Amino acid sequence: MELDRIQRTMFDAVRQPLTAGEGMRKRTRDGKSLRVIANEIIKPNDRLTSFERLEIYNRQYWFRILAALSEDFPGLRAIIGERRFEKLAIAYLLDCPSRSFTMRNLGSRLEAWLRAHPEHIAQFESIALDMVRLEWAEIEAFDEAAKPRLTEADLPVLGPDPKFELQPYVRLLDLSHPVDDLLIRVRREGEEADIVSNAVTERIRSRARRRRLPKPERIFVAVHRADNSVYFKRIDKEAFTILCALREGKNLSDAVDAVEWSGRPIEDASAHVQQWFAYWSAQGWFCKTS
Amino acid sequence: MPANRFNGFTQYGVGIGLRIPHYSHILEEKPVVDWFEIISENFMIDGGRPLAVLDQILEQYRVVQHGVSMYFGSVEPLNREHLKRLKALVRRTRTPWLSDHLCWGSVDGSYSHDLLPMPYTFEAAAKTAQKIREARDFLEVPVVVENVSSYAEFHASEMTEWQFLTEVVERADCGILLDVNNIYVSSRNHSFDPFEYVNSVPHDRVAQIHIAGHSKFEKYILDTHDHPVIDPVWNLYGRAIELTGPTATLLEWDDHIPSFEEVHDEALKANRYVAERVGA
Repeated sequence: MELDRIQRTMFDAVRQPLTAGEGMRKRTRDGKSLRVIANEIIKPNDRLTSFERLEIYNRQYWFRILAALSEDFPGLRAIIGERRFEKLAIAYLLDCPSRSFTMRNLGSRLEAWLRAHPEHIAQFESIALDMVRLEWAEIEAFDEAAKPRLTEADLPVLGPDPKFELQPYVRLLDLSHPVDDLLIRVRREGEEADIVSNAVTERIRSRARRRRLPKPERIFVAVHRADNSVYFKRIDKEAFTILCALREGKNLSDAVDAVEWSGRPIEDASAHVQQWFAYWSAQGWFCKTS
Repeated sequence: MPANRFNGFTQYGVGIGLRIPHYSHILEEKPVVDWFEIISENFMIDGGRPLAVLDQILEQYRVVQHGVSMYFGSVEPLNREHLKRLKALVRRTRTPWLSDHLCWGSVDGSYSHDLLPMPYTFEAAAKTAQKIREARDFLEVPVVVENVSSYAEFHASEMTEWQFLTEVVERADCGILLDVNNIYVSSRNHSFDPFEYVNSVPHDRVAQIHIAGHSKFEKYILDTHDHPVIDPVWNLYGRAIELTGPTATLLEWDDHIPSFEEVHDEALKANRYVAERVGA
Protein backbone atom coordinates (compact mmCIF):
# COMPACT_ATOMS: atom_id res chain seq x y z
CA MET A 1 0.00 0.00 0.00
CA GLU A 2 1.31 3.46 -0.85
CA LEU A 3 2.27 5.96 1.82
CA ASP A 4 -0.43 8.43 0.83
CA ARG A 5 -3.19 5.84 1.17
CA ILE A 6 -1.86 4.55 4.49
CA GLN A 7 -1.78 8.06 5.92
CA ARG A 8 -5.24 9.03 4.67
CA THR A 9 -6.71 5.79 5.98
CA MET A 10 -5.10 6.08 9.41
CA PHE A 11 -5.76 9.81 9.72
CA ASP A 12 -9.44 9.30 8.99
CA ALA A 13 -9.58 6.47 11.55
CA VAL A 14 -7.84 8.27 14.41
CA ARG A 15 -10.17 11.25 14.01
CA GLN A 16 -13.34 9.17 14.38
CA PRO A 17 -15.17 10.18 17.55
CA LEU A 18 -14.78 7.85 20.53
CA THR A 19 -17.55 5.82 22.12
CA ALA A 20 -19.12 6.92 25.40
CA GLY A 21 -16.64 4.61 27.11
CA GLU A 22 -13.75 6.39 25.37
CA GLY A 23 -12.95 3.48 23.09
CA MET A 24 -12.77 3.28 19.32
CA ARG A 25 -16.08 2.86 17.54
CA LYS A 26 -16.82 -0.26 15.54
CA ARG A 27 -17.69 1.79 12.48
CA THR A 28 -16.70 5.12 10.99
CA ARG A 29 -19.29 7.85 10.74
CA ASP A 30 -19.93 6.79 7.14
CA GLY A 31 -20.43 3.16 8.10
CA LYS A 32 -17.08 1.49 7.33
CA SER A 33 -15.81 -1.17 9.71
CA LEU A 34 -12.88 0.15 11.73
CA ARG A 35 -11.84 -3.42 12.47
CA VAL A 36 -11.48 -4.08 8.75
CA ILE A 37 -9.61 -0.79 8.28
CA ALA A 38 -7.26 -1.56 11.16
CA ASN A 39 -6.61 -5.09 9.89
CA GLU A 40 -5.84 -3.71 6.46
CA ILE A 41 -3.01 -1.42 7.55
CA ILE A 42 -1.81 -2.44 11.05
CA LYS A 43 -0.23 -5.66 12.25
CA PRO A 44 -1.52 -7.29 15.42
CA ASN A 45 0.97 -8.50 18.01
CA ASP A 46 0.83 -11.17 20.72
CA ARG A 47 -1.03 -8.81 23.09
CA LEU A 48 -3.08 -6.43 20.98
CA THR A 49 -5.24 -6.75 17.88
CA SER A 50 -4.83 -4.35 14.98
CA PHE A 51 -8.00 -2.61 16.18
CA GLU A 52 -6.61 -2.17 19.70
CA ARG A 53 -3.34 -0.75 18.41
CA LEU A 54 -5.16 1.76 16.22
CA GLU A 55 -7.41 2.58 19.15
CA ILE A 56 -4.42 3.87 21.15
CA TYR A 57 -3.92 6.59 18.54
CA ASN A 58 -7.64 7.28 18.24
CA ARG A 59 -7.87 7.86 22.00
CA GLN A 60 -4.75 9.99 22.14
CA TYR A 61 -5.94 12.21 19.32
CA TRP A 62 -9.13 13.06 21.15
CA PHE A 63 -7.59 13.26 24.60
CA ARG A 64 -5.01 15.74 23.39
CA ILE A 65 -7.22 18.13 21.41
CA LEU A 66 -10.11 18.01 23.88
CA ALA A 67 -7.72 18.82 26.72
CA ALA A 68 -6.28 21.74 24.76
CA LEU A 69 -9.68 23.20 23.83
CA SER A 70 -10.98 22.68 27.34
CA GLU A 71 -8.01 24.52 28.77
CA ASP A 72 -8.57 27.45 26.42
CA PHE A 73 -12.27 27.88 27.25
CA PRO A 74 -12.78 27.36 30.99
CA GLY A 75 -15.33 30.17 31.05
CA LEU A 76 -17.53 28.50 28.48
CA ARG A 77 -17.22 25.24 30.43
CA ALA A 78 -18.31 27.02 33.59
CA ILE A 79 -21.36 28.46 31.82
CA ILE A 80 -22.71 25.39 30.03
CA GLY A 81 -21.28 22.65 32.23
CA GLU A 82 -18.70 19.94 31.53
CA ARG A 83 -20.96 17.43 29.78
CA ARG A 84 -22.38 19.92 27.33
CA PHE A 85 -18.94 21.38 26.75
CA GLU A 86 -17.54 17.99 25.86
CA LYS A 87 -20.34 17.29 23.38
CA LEU A 88 -19.88 20.77 21.92
CA ALA A 89 -16.10 20.35 21.68
CA ILE A 90 -16.34 17.01 19.90
CA ALA A 91 -18.90 18.35 17.41
CA TYR A 92 -16.82 21.49 16.83
CA LEU A 93 -13.56 19.61 16.32
CA LEU A 94 -15.24 17.20 13.92
CA ASP A 95 -16.47 20.14 11.85
CA CYS A 96 -13.39 22.29 12.33
CA PRO A 97 -10.32 20.07 12.72
CA SER A 98 -7.04 21.80 13.44
CA ARG A 99 -5.61 23.58 10.41
CA SER A 100 -2.61 24.97 12.25
CA PHE A 101 0.70 23.55 13.41
CA THR A 102 -0.09 24.84 16.87
CA MET A 103 -2.98 23.89 19.14
CA ARG A 104 -3.08 27.55 20.18
CA ASN A 105 -5.38 28.11 17.20
CA LEU A 106 -7.81 25.27 17.91
CA GLY A 107 -10.52 27.67 19.08
CA SER A 108 -10.12 30.26 16.34
CA ARG A 109 -13.37 29.26 14.59
CA LEU A 110 -15.41 28.48 17.69
CA GLU A 111 -17.45 31.69 17.80
CA ALA A 112 -18.45 31.44 14.15
CA TRP A 113 -19.23 27.75 14.52
CA LEU A 114 -21.40 28.37 17.59
CA ARG A 115 -23.36 31.05 15.75
CA ALA A 116 -24.13 28.40 13.12
CA HIS A 117 -24.85 25.73 15.78
CA PRO A 118 -26.60 27.57 18.63
CA GLU A 119 -28.21 24.34 19.85
CA HIS A 120 -24.94 23.59 21.69
CA ILE A 121 -25.37 26.68 23.86
CA ALA A 122 -29.17 26.74 24.06
CA GLN A 123 -30.47 28.61 27.12
CA PHE A 124 -27.09 30.38 27.42
CA GLU A 125 -26.62 31.61 23.88
CA SER A 126 -25.88 35.25 24.54
CA ILE A 127 -23.62 34.85 27.57
CA ALA A 128 -21.84 31.83 26.07
CA LEU A 129 -21.01 33.75 22.89
CA ASP A 130 -19.80 36.66 24.98
CA MET A 131 -17.53 34.34 26.91
CA VAL A 132 -16.13 32.65 23.80
CA ARG A 133 -15.33 36.05 22.31
CA LEU A 134 -13.61 37.13 25.52
CA GLU A 135 -11.62 33.88 25.85
CA TRP A 136 -10.45 34.00 22.26
CA ALA A 137 -9.52 37.68 22.67
CA GLU A 138 -7.49 36.70 25.72
CA ILE A 139 -5.60 34.08 23.72
CA GLU A 140 -4.85 36.61 21.00
CA ALA A 141 -3.88 39.37 23.40
CA PHE A 142 -1.46 37.00 25.15
CA ASP A 143 0.92 36.52 22.25
CA GLU A 144 0.07 38.93 19.44
CA ALA A 145 2.84 41.24 18.30
CA ALA A 146 3.74 44.43 20.14
CA LYS A 147 4.95 47.13 17.77
CA PRO A 148 7.12 50.03 18.91
CA ARG A 149 5.09 52.42 21.05
CA LEU A 150 4.05 55.79 19.78
CA THR A 151 5.87 58.48 21.75
CA GLU A 152 5.37 62.19 22.14
CA ALA A 153 8.22 62.73 19.73
CA ASP A 154 6.26 60.92 17.03
CA LEU A 155 3.19 63.14 17.32
CA PRO A 156 4.32 66.07 15.13
CA VAL A 157 4.92 63.67 12.25
CA LEU A 158 1.30 62.52 12.39
CA GLY A 159 -0.06 65.92 11.39
CA PRO A 160 -2.97 68.00 12.72
CA ASP A 161 -5.64 65.30 12.33
CA PRO A 162 -3.69 62.12 13.01
CA LYS A 163 -4.53 58.48 12.52
CA PHE A 164 -3.59 56.48 15.58
CA GLU A 165 -2.74 52.82 15.06
CA LEU A 166 -3.70 50.43 17.84
CA GLN A 167 -1.31 47.72 18.99
CA PRO A 168 -2.13 44.35 17.38
CA TYR A 169 -2.62 42.79 20.82
CA VAL A 170 -5.44 45.16 21.82
CA ARG A 171 -8.86 43.59 21.33
CA LEU A 172 -12.13 45.54 21.64
CA LEU A 173 -15.31 43.81 22.71
CA ASP A 174 -18.93 44.93 22.98
CA LEU A 175 -20.49 42.38 25.36
CA SER A 176 -24.00 41.89 26.68
CA HIS A 177 -22.91 40.28 29.97
CA PRO A 178 -20.14 41.08 32.45
CA VAL A 179 -18.27 37.90 31.56
CA ASP A 180 -14.92 39.51 32.37
CA ASP A 181 -15.56 39.20 36.10
CA LEU A 182 -16.80 35.64 35.66
CA LEU A 183 -13.76 34.60 33.65
CA ILE A 184 -11.38 36.13 36.16
CA ARG A 185 -12.99 34.05 38.89
CA VAL A 186 -12.80 30.90 36.78
CA ARG A 187 -9.21 31.58 35.69
CA ARG A 188 -8.06 31.90 39.28
CA GLU A 189 -8.72 28.19 39.65
CA GLY A 190 -6.82 27.17 36.52
CA GLU A 191 -3.19 26.47 35.85
CA GLU A 192 -1.00 27.67 33.04
CA ALA A 193 0.29 25.12 30.59
CA ASP A 194 1.91 24.92 27.20
CA ILE A 195 2.83 22.27 24.69
CA VAL A 196 5.27 19.94 26.37
CA SER A 197 6.58 17.74 23.57
CA ASN A 198 4.13 15.27 22.14
CA ALA A 199 4.29 12.83 24.99
CA VAL A 200 1.09 10.91 25.38
CA THR A 201 -1.46 12.78 27.45
CA GLU A 202 -3.68 11.42 30.13
CA ARG A 203 -7.37 12.20 29.85
CA ILE A 204 -7.66 15.46 31.68
CA ARG A 205 -10.83 15.63 33.72
CA SER A 206 -10.52 18.99 35.37
CA ARG A 207 -13.87 20.32 36.44
CA ALA A 208 -14.94 23.89 35.91
CA ARG A 209 -17.50 24.44 38.64
CA ARG A 210 -20.89 25.67 37.43
CA ARG A 211 -21.41 29.17 38.73
CA ARG A 212 -24.19 31.63 39.30
CA LEU A 213 -24.29 33.50 36.03
CA PRO A 214 -24.33 37.29 35.91
CA LYS A 215 -27.42 39.12 34.72
CA PRO A 216 -27.31 40.85 31.34
CA GLU A 217 -25.45 44.15 31.39
CA ARG A 218 -23.90 45.74 28.36
CA ILE A 219 -20.19 46.33 28.88
CA PHE A 220 -17.30 47.43 26.69
CA VAL A 221 -13.95 45.78 27.27
CA ALA A 222 -10.47 46.34 25.91
CA VAL A 223 -8.45 43.15 26.26
CA HIS A 224 -4.83 44.21 26.35
CA ARG A 225 -1.40 43.28 27.62
CA ALA A 226 0.85 45.02 30.10
CA ASP A 227 4.13 43.60 31.39
CA ASN A 228 3.27 40.43 29.48
CA SER A 229 0.07 39.83 31.42
CA VAL A 230 -3.37 40.07 29.85
CA TYR A 231 -5.88 42.48 31.35
CA PHE A 232 -9.56 43.13 30.81
CA LYS A 233 -10.12 46.89 30.94
CA ARG A 234 -13.69 48.09 31.01
CA ILE A 235 -14.14 51.24 29.00
CA ASP A 236 -16.98 53.69 28.33
CA LYS A 237 -19.13 53.19 25.29
CA GLU A 238 -17.83 56.44 23.84
CA ALA A 239 -14.22 55.39 24.36
CA PHE A 240 -15.03 52.07 22.72
CA THR A 241 -16.50 53.87 19.72
CA ILE A 242 -13.41 56.02 19.33
CA LEU A 243 -11.04 53.07 19.61
CA CYS A 244 -13.03 51.05 17.08
CA ALA A 245 -13.00 53.97 14.67
CA LEU A 246 -9.25 54.37 15.08
CA ARG A 247 -8.79 50.66 14.45
CA GLU A 248 -10.79 51.06 11.24
CA GLY A 249 -8.22 53.64 10.16
CA LYS A 250 -10.25 56.79 10.71
CA ASN A 251 -8.63 60.11 11.53
CA LEU A 252 -8.87 61.37 15.08
CA SER A 253 -11.55 63.95 14.23
CA ASP A 254 -13.71 61.40 12.45
CA ALA A 255 -13.24 58.95 15.32
CA VAL A 256 -14.41 61.50 17.86
CA ASP A 257 -17.27 62.58 15.59
CA ALA A 258 -18.45 58.97 15.47
CA VAL A 259 -19.42 59.21 19.13
CA GLU A 260 -22.96 59.98 20.23
CA TRP A 261 -22.32 62.04 23.34
CA SER A 262 -25.82 61.61 24.78
CA GLY A 263 -26.30 65.24 25.62
CA ARG A 264 -23.06 65.67 27.54
CA PRO A 265 -21.64 69.20 27.48
CA ILE A 266 -18.89 69.54 24.93
CA GLU A 267 -16.44 70.53 27.69
CA ASP A 268 -17.08 67.21 29.47
CA ALA A 269 -16.65 65.27 26.28
CA SER A 270 -13.40 67.00 25.53
CA ALA A 271 -12.09 66.32 29.02
CA HIS A 272 -13.03 62.64 28.73
CA VAL A 273 -11.31 62.27 25.40
CA GLN A 274 -8.14 63.85 26.80
CA GLN A 275 -8.20 61.53 29.81
CA TRP A 276 -8.75 58.47 27.68
CA PHE A 277 -5.96 59.32 25.30
CA ALA A 278 -3.62 59.96 28.20
CA TYR A 279 -4.45 56.52 29.63
CA TRP A 280 -4.23 54.72 26.31
CA SER A 281 -0.90 56.37 25.54
CA ALA A 282 0.46 55.52 28.98
CA GLN A 283 -0.55 51.90 28.44
CA GLY A 284 1.22 51.88 25.08
CA TRP A 285 -1.92 51.00 23.13
CA PHE A 286 -0.83 53.17 20.20
CA CYS A 287 2.07 52.13 18.03
CA LYS A 288 4.18 53.80 15.43
CA THR A 289 2.29 53.70 12.16
CA SER A 290 3.41 50.98 9.81
CA MET B 1 30.89 12.10 17.91
CA PRO B 2 30.43 14.54 20.80
CA ALA B 3 30.87 17.43 18.43
CA ASN B 4 29.96 16.81 14.82
CA ARG B 5 28.53 18.55 11.80
CA PHE B 6 25.05 17.47 12.82
CA ASN B 7 25.09 19.40 16.09
CA GLY B 8 26.98 22.41 14.83
CA PHE B 9 30.30 21.11 16.22
CA THR B 10 29.13 21.84 19.74
CA GLN B 11 29.93 19.92 22.91
CA TYR B 12 26.87 20.43 25.05
CA GLY B 13 26.52 18.39 28.22
CA VAL B 14 23.32 17.50 30.04
CA GLY B 15 20.28 19.71 29.60
CA ILE B 16 16.63 19.75 30.53
CA GLY B 17 13.48 20.94 28.85
CA LEU B 18 12.43 24.53 29.56
CA ARG B 19 8.98 24.26 31.14
CA ILE B 20 6.58 26.88 32.53
CA PRO B 21 6.53 25.61 36.15
CA HIS B 22 10.30 26.26 36.32
CA TYR B 23 10.36 29.72 34.73
CA SER B 24 10.46 31.75 37.92
CA HIS B 25 13.03 29.49 39.58
CA ILE B 26 15.34 29.71 36.58
CA LEU B 27 14.98 33.46 36.16
CA GLU B 28 15.36 34.24 39.85
CA GLU B 29 17.91 31.63 40.98
CA LYS B 30 19.84 31.31 37.71
CA PRO B 31 20.89 27.72 38.39
CA VAL B 32 23.85 26.28 36.51
CA VAL B 33 22.48 24.24 33.63
CA ASP B 34 24.44 23.15 30.57
CA TRP B 35 21.61 23.95 28.21
CA PHE B 36 17.84 24.08 27.78
CA GLU B 37 15.75 22.52 25.09
CA ILE B 38 12.66 24.48 24.07
CA ILE B 39 9.62 23.27 22.17
CA SER B 40 9.81 25.49 19.11
CA GLU B 41 6.05 25.72 18.64
CA ASN B 42 5.62 27.39 22.04
CA PHE B 43 7.71 30.31 20.83
CA MET B 44 6.69 30.59 17.16
CA ILE B 45 4.49 33.54 18.07
CA ASP B 46 4.63 37.28 17.56
CA GLY B 47 5.00 38.61 21.10
CA GLY B 48 4.08 38.37 24.75
CA ARG B 49 5.37 36.58 27.78
CA PRO B 50 6.76 33.41 26.15
CA LEU B 51 9.16 35.41 23.98
CA ALA B 52 10.04 37.76 26.84
CA VAL B 53 10.96 34.77 29.02
CA LEU B 54 12.88 33.18 26.19
CA ASP B 55 14.91 36.34 25.66
CA GLN B 56 15.85 36.39 29.34
CA ILE B 57 16.83 32.73 29.18
CA LEU B 58 18.93 33.39 26.08
CA GLU B 59 20.90 36.02 27.97
CA GLN B 60 22.11 33.37 30.41
CA TYR B 61 21.84 29.96 28.79
CA ARG B 62 22.41 27.92 25.67
CA VAL B 63 19.14 26.91 24.03
CA VAL B 64 18.39 24.19 21.49
CA GLN B 65 15.14 24.01 19.56
CA HIS B 66 13.04 20.87 19.41
CA GLY B 67 9.91 20.75 17.29
CA VAL B 68 6.78 18.63 17.40
CA SER B 69 4.87 19.46 14.24
CA MET B 70 7.13 19.62 11.20
CA TYR B 71 5.91 16.16 10.18
CA PHE B 72 8.73 15.27 7.83
CA GLY B 73 6.98 11.97 7.14
CA SER B 74 3.65 13.43 6.01
CA VAL B 75 3.09 13.10 2.28
CA GLU B 76 1.95 16.71 1.94
CA PRO B 77 4.53 19.47 1.38
CA LEU B 78 6.14 21.36 4.24
CA ASN B 79 4.05 24.20 5.62
CA ARG B 80 5.75 27.41 4.42
CA GLU B 81 4.22 29.55 7.16
CA HIS B 82 5.55 27.09 9.72
CA LEU B 83 9.01 27.23 8.16
CA LYS B 84 9.07 31.03 8.10
CA ARG B 85 8.13 31.27 11.77
CA LEU B 86 10.61 28.56 12.65
CA LYS B 87 13.38 30.37 10.83
CA ALA B 88 12.62 33.58 12.69
CA LEU B 89 12.94 31.64 15.94
CA VAL B 90 16.18 30.00 14.80
CA ARG B 91 17.62 33.48 14.27
CA ARG B 92 16.44 34.54 17.70
CA THR B 93 17.81 31.52 19.61
CA ARG B 94 20.87 30.86 17.45
CA THR B 95 20.23 27.17 18.06
CA PRO B 96 23.23 25.18 16.83
CA TRP B 97 20.96 22.43 15.58
CA LEU B 98 17.24 21.88 15.33
CA SER B 99 15.36 18.66 15.91
CA ASP B 100 11.95 17.28 15.06
CA HIS B 101 10.48 13.82 14.83
CA LEU B 102 10.68 11.05 12.27
CA CYS B 103 6.93 10.74 11.98
CA TRP B 104 3.90 12.08 10.20
CA GLY B 105 0.80 13.80 11.55
CA SER B 106 -1.03 15.88 8.96
CA VAL B 107 -3.08 15.27 5.84
CA ASP B 108 -4.32 17.96 3.44
CA GLY B 109 -3.46 20.72 5.91
CA SER B 110 -5.31 19.17 8.85
CA TYR B 111 -3.22 18.37 11.92
CA SER B 112 -3.42 15.47 14.36
CA HIS B 113 -1.02 17.06 16.85
CA ASP B 114 0.33 13.57 17.40
CA LEU B 115 3.54 11.83 16.36
CA LEU B 116 2.13 9.11 14.12
CA PRO B 117 4.42 6.21 13.21
CA MET B 118 5.87 5.73 9.76
CA PRO B 119 5.46 2.64 7.65
CA TYR B 120 9.07 1.57 7.15
CA THR B 121 9.13 1.55 3.34
CA PHE B 122 11.65 2.80 0.82
CA GLU B 123 9.01 5.12 -0.61
CA ALA B 124 8.47 6.69 2.81
CA ALA B 125 12.21 6.99 3.42
CA ALA B 126 12.77 8.78 0.10
CA LYS B 127 9.89 11.22 0.58
CA THR B 128 10.81 11.95 4.19
CA ALA B 129 14.47 12.51 3.38
CA GLN B 130 13.53 14.95 0.64
CA LYS B 131 11.47 17.03 3.07
CA ILE B 132 14.26 17.04 5.65
CA ARG B 133 16.63 18.37 2.98
CA GLU B 134 14.13 21.07 2.00
CA ALA B 135 13.69 22.13 5.61
CA ARG B 136 17.43 22.28 6.23
CA ASP B 137 18.01 24.30 3.08
CA PHE B 138 15.34 26.80 4.13
CA LEU B 139 16.29 27.01 7.79
CA GLU B 140 20.07 27.09 7.24
CA VAL B 141 20.76 25.11 10.40
CA PRO B 142 21.58 21.41 10.91
CA VAL B 143 18.36 19.40 11.20
CA VAL B 144 18.30 16.17 13.19
CA VAL B 145 15.44 13.69 13.43
CA GLU B 146 14.21 11.84 16.48
CA ASN B 147 12.91 8.28 16.57
CA VAL B 148 9.41 8.23 18.11
CA SER B 149 7.67 5.83 20.46
CA SER B 150 5.12 3.77 18.62
CA TYR B 151 2.18 1.56 19.41
CA ALA B 152 1.48 0.18 15.95
CA GLU B 153 3.37 -1.48 13.09
CA PHE B 154 2.30 -1.50 9.48
CA HIS B 155 1.85 -4.45 7.14
CA ALA B 156 3.50 -2.32 4.48
CA SER B 157 6.84 -2.06 6.32
CA GLU B 158 9.80 -3.41 4.37
CA MET B 159 12.50 -3.05 7.04
CA THR B 160 13.07 -2.58 10.78
CA GLU B 161 12.69 0.78 12.43
CA TRP B 162 16.43 1.21 12.86
CA GLN B 163 17.02 0.32 9.21
CA PHE B 164 14.41 2.90 8.26
CA LEU B 165 15.99 5.55 10.46
CA THR B 166 19.36 4.81 8.88
CA GLU B 167 17.87 4.90 5.39
CA VAL B 168 16.28 8.30 6.03
CA VAL B 169 19.23 10.03 7.67
CA GLU B 170 21.68 8.78 5.06
CA ARG B 171 19.43 9.85 2.19
CA ALA B 172 18.90 13.24 3.86
CA ASP B 173 22.48 13.43 5.11
CA CYS B 174 21.22 14.61 8.47
CA GLY B 175 21.79 13.81 12.11
CA ILE B 176 19.89 11.73 14.65
CA LEU B 177 18.32 12.68 17.93
CA LEU B 178 18.46 9.23 19.50
CA ASP B 179 15.68 8.89 22.07
CA VAL B 180 16.66 5.83 24.09
CA ASN B 181 13.41 5.90 26.07
CA ASN B 182 11.45 5.78 22.82
CA ILE B 183 13.57 2.85 21.68
CA TYR B 184 12.83 1.06 24.94
CA VAL B 185 9.09 1.81 24.76
CA SER B 186 8.84 0.64 21.15
CA SER B 187 10.97 -2.45 21.88
CA ARG B 188 8.49 -3.52 24.54
CA ASN B 189 5.50 -2.72 22.35
CA HIS B 190 6.90 -4.51 19.31
CA SER B 191 9.07 -7.19 20.93
CA PHE B 192 12.49 -6.35 19.53
CA ASP B 193 15.88 -6.08 21.22
CA PRO B 194 16.52 -2.40 22.03
CA PHE B 195 20.27 -3.00 22.11
CA GLU B 196 20.18 -4.25 18.52
CA TYR B 197 18.54 -0.93 17.63
CA VAL B 198 21.18 1.13 19.46
CA ASN B 199 24.01 -0.99 18.06
CA SER B 200 22.73 -0.63 14.49
CA VAL B 201 22.16 3.07 13.93
CA PRO B 202 24.95 5.14 12.35
CA HIS B 203 26.64 6.41 15.50
CA ASP B 204 28.57 9.12 13.75
CA ARG B 205 25.27 10.84 12.96
CA VAL B 206 23.99 11.02 16.54
CA ALA B 207 23.82 14.70 17.43
CA GLN B 208 21.79 14.46 20.63
CA ILE B 209 20.23 11.91 22.96
CA HIS B 210 16.87 12.05 24.76
CA ILE B 211 16.11 10.26 28.00
CA ALA B 212 12.72 10.16 29.73
CA GLY B 213 10.31 8.17 31.84
CA HIS B 214 7.21 6.33 30.68
CA SER B 215 4.11 4.54 31.96
CA LYS B 216 3.44 0.81 31.89
CA PHE B 217 0.00 -0.57 31.14
CA GLU B 218 -1.11 -4.15 31.05
CA LYS B 219 -0.50 -4.77 27.37
CA TYR B 220 1.72 -1.90 26.27
CA ILE B 221 3.90 0.98 27.41
CA LEU B 222 3.04 4.63 26.83
CA ASP B 223 5.60 7.38 26.38
CA THR B 224 4.27 9.78 29.01
CA HIS B 225 7.39 11.70 30.14
CA ASP B 226 6.01 11.82 33.66
CA HIS B 227 8.36 9.59 35.65
CA PRO B 228 12.07 9.30 36.41
CA VAL B 229 14.16 7.33 33.93
CA ILE B 230 14.10 3.59 34.70
CA ASP B 231 17.27 1.48 34.93
CA PRO B 232 16.79 -0.41 31.65
CA VAL B 233 16.61 2.95 29.84
CA TRP B 234 19.74 4.17 31.67
CA ASN B 235 21.50 0.98 30.59
CA LEU B 236 20.45 1.62 27.03
CA TYR B 237 21.76 5.17 27.40
CA GLY B 238 25.05 3.77 28.68
CA ARG B 239 25.35 1.55 25.62
CA ALA B 240 24.48 4.46 23.32
CA ILE B 241 27.22 6.71 24.66
CA GLU B 242 29.73 3.86 24.57
CA LEU B 243 29.11 3.89 20.84
CA THR B 244 28.66 7.60 20.22
CA GLY B 245 30.91 9.14 22.84
CA PRO B 246 29.61 11.71 25.30
CA THR B 247 26.76 13.37 23.45
CA ALA B 248 24.47 16.27 24.27
CA THR B 249 21.80 14.67 26.45
CA LEU B 250 18.38 15.99 27.38
CA LEU B 251 15.91 14.75 29.97
CA GLU B 252 12.26 15.18 28.97
CA TRP B 253 9.80 15.55 31.85
CA ASP B 254 6.53 16.94 30.63
CA ASP B 255 3.71 15.91 32.93
CA HIS B 256 3.40 15.87 36.71
CA ILE B 257 6.53 18.02 36.59
CA PRO B 258 8.40 18.03 39.91
CA SER B 259 10.68 20.78 41.21
CA PHE B 260 13.46 22.13 39.06
CA GLU B 261 16.06 20.49 41.31
CA GLU B 262 14.43 17.08 41.03
CA VAL B 263 14.29 17.25 37.26
CA HIS B 264 17.83 18.55 36.98
CA ASP B 265 19.21 15.96 39.42
CA GLU B 266 17.57 13.20 37.43
CA ALA B 267 19.13 14.54 34.24
CA LEU B 268 22.57 14.81 35.80
CA LYS B 269 22.59 11.07 36.49
CA ALA B 270 23.60 10.87 32.84
CA ASN B 271 27.05 12.11 33.82
CA ARG B 272 27.62 8.95 35.89
CA TYR B 273 27.07 6.83 32.82
CA VAL B 274 29.37 9.01 30.78
CA ALA B 275 32.08 8.60 33.44
CA GLU B 276 31.55 4.83 33.71
CA ARG B 277 31.14 3.97 30.06
CA VAL B 278 33.27 6.52 28.30
CA GLY B 279 35.58 7.67 31.05
CA ALA B 280 35.13 11.30 30.12
